[in-house]
Amino acid sequence: MATFKDFRNNVKPNWCPGCGDFSVQAAIQRAAANVGIVPEELAVVSGIGCSGRISGYINSYGFHGIHGRSLPIAQGVKMANRELTVIASGGDGDGFAIGMGHTVHAIRRNIDVTYIVMDNQIYGLTKGQASPRSEMGFKTKSTPAGTIESSLNVMELAISSGAGFVAQSFSSDLKELTSLIEQGINHKGFSLINVFSPCVTFNKINTYDWFKENLTSLSTIEGYDPENRTDAMNTLMKYNGLVTGLIYQDKEKPSYESLVQGFEEEGLAKQDLELDQEKFDKLISEFM
Amino acid sequence: MINQLSWKVGGQQGEGIESTGEIFSMALSRQGYYLYGYRHFSSRIKGGHTNNKIRVSTTPTNSISDDLDILVAFDQETIDLNHHELRQGGVIIGDSKFSPKQPEGCTASLFSVPFTEIATDLGTSLMKNMVAVGASSALLGLKADAFRSVVEQIFSRKGESVVEKNLQAIEEGMKYFLNEAQDNVGDFQLVEADGQNRMFMIGNDAVALGALAGGARFMPAYPITPASEIMEYLIKKLPEYGGTVIQTEDEIAACTMAIGANYGGVRSLTASAGPGLSLMMEAIGLSGITETPLVIVDTQRGGPSTGLPTKQEQSDIFALIYGTHGEIPKVVIAPSTVEEAFYDAVEAFNIAEEYQLPVILVTDLALSLGKQTVEPLDFDKVKIRRGKFDLNGELPELEKNEYFKRYEVTEDGISKRVIPGMKYGIHHVTGVEHNEQGKPSESPENRKAQMDKRMRKVDKLPDVFPTPVYKDERHEEADLLILGFNSTRGTIQEAIPRLEKDGLKVNHGQVRLLHPFPTEEVKSMVAKAKKVVVVENNATGQLAQLTKMNLCQGDIHSILKYDGNPFLPSEIHNQCKELF
Repeated sequence: MATFKDFRNNVKPNWCPGCGDFSVQAAIQRAAANVGIVPEELAVVSGIGCSGRISGYINSYGFHGIHGRSLPIAQGVKMANRELTVIASGGDGDGFAIGMGHTVHAIRRNIDVTYIVMDNQIYGLTKGQASPRSEMGFKTKSTPAGTIESSLNVMELAISSGAGFVAQSFSSDLKELTSLIEQGINHKGFSLINVFSPCVTFNKINTYDWFKENLTSLSTIEGYDPENRTDAMNTLMKYNGLVTGLIYQDKEKPSYESLVQGFEEEGLAKQDLELDQEKFDKLISEFM
Repeated sequence: MINQLSWKVGGQQGEGIESTGEIFSMALSRQGYYLYGYRHFSSRIKGGHTNNKIRVSTTPTNSISDDLDILVAFDQETIDLNHHELRQGGVIIGDSKFSPKQPEGCTASLFSVPFTEIATDLGTSLMKNMVAVGASSALLGLKADAFRSVVEQIFSRKGESVVEKNLQAIEEGMKYFLNEAQDNVGDFQLVEADGQNRMFMIGNDAVALGALAGGARFMPAYPITPASEIMEYLIKKLPEYGGTVIQTEDEIAACTMAIGANYGGVRSLTASAGPGLSLMMEAIGLSGITETPLVIVDTQRGGPSTGLPTKQEQSDIFALIYGTHGEIPKVVIAPSTVEEAFYDAVEAFNIAEEYQLPVILVTDLALSLGKQTVEPLDFDKVKIRRGKFDLNGELPELEKNEYFKRYEVTEDGISKRVIPGMKYGIHHVTGVEHNEQGKPSESPENRKAQMDKRMRKVDKLPDVFPTPVYKDERHEEADLLILGFNSTRGTIQEAIPRLEKDGLKVNHGQVRLLHPFPTEEVKSMVAKAKKVVVVENNATGQLAQLTKMNLCQGDIHSILKYDGNPFLPSEIHNQCKELF
């Protein structure tokens, strides 16, 4: 059995002290150990941005790709070897701006990848421009008069796009975050976990204190049923998306892999590549 | 009796023109004739003129012909647009329904056959195509029996009576034509062929079959003309072999998903044309710096932007060789026949894995979609080589906090490759410059070591690549060397005997490895010729420029065509002659 320490390496993250991403890193390490996998069975694929560096900070196979494309890379890895646990990760710019098309399509495709977004409502690595998650009026370097584009309601969008697992957490709550990542990994199909992960350097509005004041835990809402899609949408609208916990899960939704004709449990990467003469002759005869 | 002829059927798109040509050519293929087809079509589904031109010969042929013997017309537009191609004594067979008229100055014989009426009498006007096939085949001396197996294959799902009705339509077309017209035309009777049933396929089929035989098991792709047939073939076949095709949201997803799958250990490809390739450029760089194998097929079509999406062009060379920012090693392979497309597809996967880099297999629309007779493919030549990668190999235990040296600096630049899931293989992969373990590093020494390592991987490729240039060097001292790439091969081959007849000694080379450029091979060919001309379907002479740059030689001529149509043999013949 691996422990969370086995998922640690000696690379020192280049995140600012106090960055929310440290807890996300710790939560992934703990969740991986808790679901009972060993480091070589985990592949973490990440995008570009401060948070995109996370794949290098976990002792597992890691692929740090290009901006906005962690999801297609991660889906490719999973299709190549479905025995692996595949986590995709990145920031809100990576997933909801440049990579938004892939996010929606990964949701509807439903390949078993757990997507963790470190949402800080700002572009950190480029030193403070607005993101699609920035609230209307938010003043940044790219929006000196305040942003005049509305913030994207990503949790509502995910549910309306047919997501089978939608959760949201706050990086200060390591316990809940770890548990949600575990549930996401165990969910058969695509899971989206949006994590409020404050940028202590460039976002002076959405701070730790701001989140503590504004977030509502779904566990405090009496009778909240994460399997009820209508409830989930109503609650998100009521709280303007500022809730934490498992928002929605459809346990019955079949994963993409389970629907692919002839797709075996054994990883495709391990299967024989060779054809034999007989098969080849049959293929050839179809062109005659 | 004649040994070869050209036949064309034309009408409105959506009217079954493609299938008319298909049935005609399948029947001839099964008689043992060699065929070469070229489809003229537009970027729309219904309406607009379309035609399918098919060369029939008792010997191998890889080019469309200059002229036309038989034109089968479903509307007057077909006659008006195509009659100029007809040779003296050629024949037009038109549907009586539109009362075909002879255009001014047209010397071909015109026959009006009631395609639609005969078909309607037999049950449905849909069979007018069959009547047309029958009428024109009678001219060639074919018997209705020649169509039986093809018609059965196509219509048996719809029941025996549909098969019989269609065969009857062919027969009635033949009968009508023989009664009305046979005595009034010249000799169109084909010499009997050898009866060998050969493969008859488009380049895209060959690429897809090559990918399957070459071990590709996963293909993410986005539909585009003229590449879609590759994904359509593989989605039918891959499930039998454990794999699948995913239709992605765009070409960026297709390319990055293929990178993810190759990183995961599965031979994976994507295929597209110019617009898709442009979208993949950043990802190609990722494959290059992360040394992740990747195979991309580019079926060139008319550019730029949407350009001429259904027309022939060869203008992507520079984009393929130089596209993506920064510098990476890359391989660009250009098959010049359908057979080569098959073997090159297999080789593309071998090279991608052996050298751990992006390989682009480039074709052009005429090669991708032109349906032609293919000599038997040799399965013994299909070998899978995975390079420094052993799926079942044991790896030494790693020191604490150490990663596997995935990017170890080696003499040939190629490092041992492992895939996720392998014990003691853990390493980091990143598009950021990295050290031997894949960890980000900005040190100048490391940067230079890693860049040099990557770039030297392909140094020797032109020496080991099988046939980097297809050569027809019949003269030690030639007057002219003609160079080309992709589908121009057959057309150049057809122009050469004409040039030789004019008294010129002509050598021919078709560049098959566009990058890294086979400089020494081309240089030795150039040394044997007084003049060099590069024939290509683009406006700026990209292959000529590439040749000049690599050979450090300016004295190279160009014959260019970029109007959307492939070269005709006469165009190459005449323009080469003008050089003397």
